[in-house]
Amino acid sequence: MALTPDEGDRDKVRSVSVDLNNDASLLIDIPDALCERDKVKFTVHTKTTLRNFQKPEFSVPRQHEDFIWLHDTLVETEEYAGLIIPPAPPKPDFESPREKMHKLGEGEASMTKEEYAKMKQELEAEYLAVFKKTVQVHEVFLQRLSSHPVLSRDRNFQIFLEYDQDLSVRRKNAKEVFGGFFKNMVKSADEVLISGIKEVDDFFDQEKTFLLDYFSKIKDSTAKAEKMTRSHKSVAEDYIHISATLNSLSAEDTTALKQHLEKLSDLFEKLRKVEARVASDQELKLTELLRYYMRDIQAAKDLLYRRARALADYENSNKALDKARLKSKDVVQAQEHQEQCLQKFNKLSESGKKELTSFKGRRVVAFRKNLIEMAELEIKHAKNNMSLLQSCIELLKSN
Amino acid sequence: MGGVCKMGQKYKSGGKLVENSAVYWLCCMGCLSLSALLAPPTEATEEVSLDSPEREPILSDGPSPAITPVTPTALIAPRAEPNVIMVSGMFEQSLDELEEEAAGDSFDIQISVSDPEKVGDGMNAYMAYKVTTKTSLTVFSRNDFSVKRRFSDFLGLHSKLASKYMHIGYIVPPAPEKSIVGMTKVKVGKEDLSSTEFVEKRRSALERYLMRTVKHPVLLQDPDVLQFLESSELPRAVSTQALSGAGILRMVNRAADAVNRMTIKMNEADVWFEEKQQQFENLDQQLRKLHGSVEALVCHRKELSVNTASFARSAAMLGNSEDHTALSRALSQLAEVEEKIDQLHQEQAYADFYLFSELLGDYVRLITAVKAVFENRMKTWSKWQDAQLMLQKKREAESKLQFTNKPDKLQQAKDEIKEWEAKVQQGERDFEQISKTIRKEVGRFEKQRVNDFKVAIIKYLESLVQTQQQVWRESDWAAL
Repeated sequence: MALTPDEGDRDKVRSVSVDLNNDASLLIDIPDALCERDKVKFTVHTKTTLRNFQKPEFSVPRQHEDFIWLHDTLVETEEYAGLIIPPAPPKPDFESPREKMHKLGEGEASMTKEEYAKMKQELEAEYLAVFKKTVQVHEVFLQRLSSHPVLSRDRNFQIFLEYDQDLSVRRKNAKEVFGGFFKNMVKSADEVLISGIKEVDDFFDQEKTFLLDYFSKIKDSTAKAEKMTRSHKSVAEDYIHISATLNSLSAEDTTALKQHLEKLSDLFEKLRKVEARVASDQELKLTELLRYYMRDIQAAKDLLYRRARALADYENSNKALDKARLKSKDVVQAQEHQEQCLQKFNKLSESGKKELTSFKGRRVVAFRKNLIEMAELEIKHAKNNMSLLQSCIELLKSN
Repeated sequence: MGGVCKMGQKYKSGGKLVENSAVYWLCCMGCLSLSALLAPPTEATEEVSLDSPEREPILSDGPSPAITPVTPTALIAPRAEPNVIMVSGMFEQSLDELEEEAAGDSFDIQISVSDPEKVGDGMNAYMAYKVTTKTSLTVFSRNDFSVKRRFSDFLGLHSKLASKYMHIGYIVPPAPEKSIVGMTKVKVGKEDLSSTEFVEKRRSALERYLMRTVKHPVLLQDPDVLQFLESSELPRAVSTQALSGAGILRMVNRAADAVNRMTIKMNEADVWFEEKQQQFENLDQQLRKLHGSVEALVCHRKELSVNTASFARSAAMLGNSEDHTALSRALSQLAEVEEKIDQLHQEQAYADFYLFSELLGDYVRLITAVKAVFENRMKTWSKWQDAQLMLQKKREAESKLQFTNKPDKLQQAKDEIKEWEAKVQQGERDFEQISKTIRKEVGRFEKQRVNDFKVAIIKYLESLVQTQQQVWRESDWAAL
């Protein structure tokens, strides 16, 4: 099925990270996407005034795996070890709505036609929501890169944006997949390393403690927020069934109750729409926000790991230099090596500090914006609900 | 008619002789002795009693009139209760007149069930509920009084009322259902949330049950109901236990009924009944479905409340970890708000349940009673038809005997014919009466249903409004 995110909603959806696309020299967006069963094809559109690109405006089709390739390449680039690499977008996951669609098909016989049509509509909206979310998350990834002074100039990034043919030749082959697996194992070893190493710098010490703690808390919050949103959606779905049964009751009723039941059925239908909006707004502003920053904090943690590794290297090189001096062998080499490690470590520390500080600022601003927007939307929906309910009550009482 | 009651009193001239088995006591004139009150008029009873083996056996073990004629001589010791005098004042009236009078009275009675108290220990423990009646009706001796009752008392009351009135077409409100699991938890002494909820659910159900019962003008006047509400001591209704002799008999009867339902094919002469039966069938289906959906809603809202609470806790911890002071404060506030909202969800779930779901459950059970009453009409018709067939046979037998020389056998045959002619007439009258009663009852039921639902819908919507109002108030935190 081909679904296109419609323009009006995209601005609402694009809210997790703050105003990234404001540097006119490099503007990226994903105006279009195609969903074919499991594969999503994104159309990446670039507008630029920079001269290192061949054309001022161009579009290329990309798949999710291309984004992952770009992310991993950036992570593996030594030069960027001192930077927070924006987290890779998660794989598009249509599992949940697909399962529900399947269940709906099985339960079709037990529902009226209108009920079935409404449930189907609900599910299609869910499909669309998942689709929009995944487009947004991929877009934000690219925009983070384009707004970063260093990363935006990366050669691979340029290739990603420009290369008008299939990138699969450059993508992971089997060996690299295993490499990735190995990398994860190294990372867990790093976690042990990072907690064990003695920190020389107060700033990093604090950051480390903070980030480790915050990460576990935010992971928990994300999971709980997800559960909450899911319950909300269940309640909205129940309203559909209730509305449909009330409708049938009203159709067969011959007493003064007929009108009451009809109005009540209408009311539940309208309430259901509001509840569904409440659930989806909560999901976008709260759950998505938490989810995104959870991944971002992981990226910050990765930066700390790299720095810790560099520190460990430096300490090792010190020891090697001492040993060389003792043996009076290869002293110059050891000294050079030690200086390199020190330089690398210092560079990482310096850029790391900058990155982490700006990251905090970014996080605070995004949280504030989203939480305020969520509260405002909740108020709007509560008001809406109230006016629907009150007008219905008046109507019924006057009968 | 010119009958005499057991006390030898003639029926009051001009007064109606009501032959419904439920109200023999109305026919007597000024008999104050209970046995006289209760004994049916000699003529009508004996005939009916001989051939109604399918009538349900007496389940009442309390001092109520032995209405079902299976045991016409259920003499009971006279009660020294004041309301017997009240009852006797209605001798001159028929049931119909009673109903009209009651309808004229402004319906002024309020019953509340409260203060559940655990009595006893272990598996013999039970919950005692206080039943308080506030009324200005003259049928009661006081305006404000209360008694202690236990669950089996309510079941006993219902089974007595059902055995007296269901087979003549009155829709007797069903009692709340038994719950072995629920009660066991309470008995064992588990003081947790689910057993408190169970007791509250039951208390509310018992209250609704009593209110429905007294709203029925005929049931309100029934001595069993009056005794239930007023007398301080009530004999224990053991026959309500599931495995008692009476309980087993009930099960057997229910099975027999099921068979009957399949075999009685009635020629419905009255279209009204056919339509109504279909209507109730549809209503039953839809109400069950709606009830299921609302129960799902209650469940999901409870889930939402639990999940919101757990999110609130998590957000609070996140706020604690946050080192940026303003954001930390904001997150803590978010946590507080979500906690309040979870409370709101929980309250709404209770409203969903008590205002909406329980009403639907009650009506699903009530409709079962309505269907039973329609079936009783079919049974009454079937009995009438059987009597007609019997009469036919007797007539044939008599005409055969005409040609033999057996004068005593002939006389016997003639007597039998007379007997069966009377039975046929009685059968016809019973059928007409029950049809008439059902029409009235259905009208009353529908009126009640419309009223109940209208009131409930508005109450429920108002609860939703209240919740939304509070959500709105709480959500305003971000302005700070």
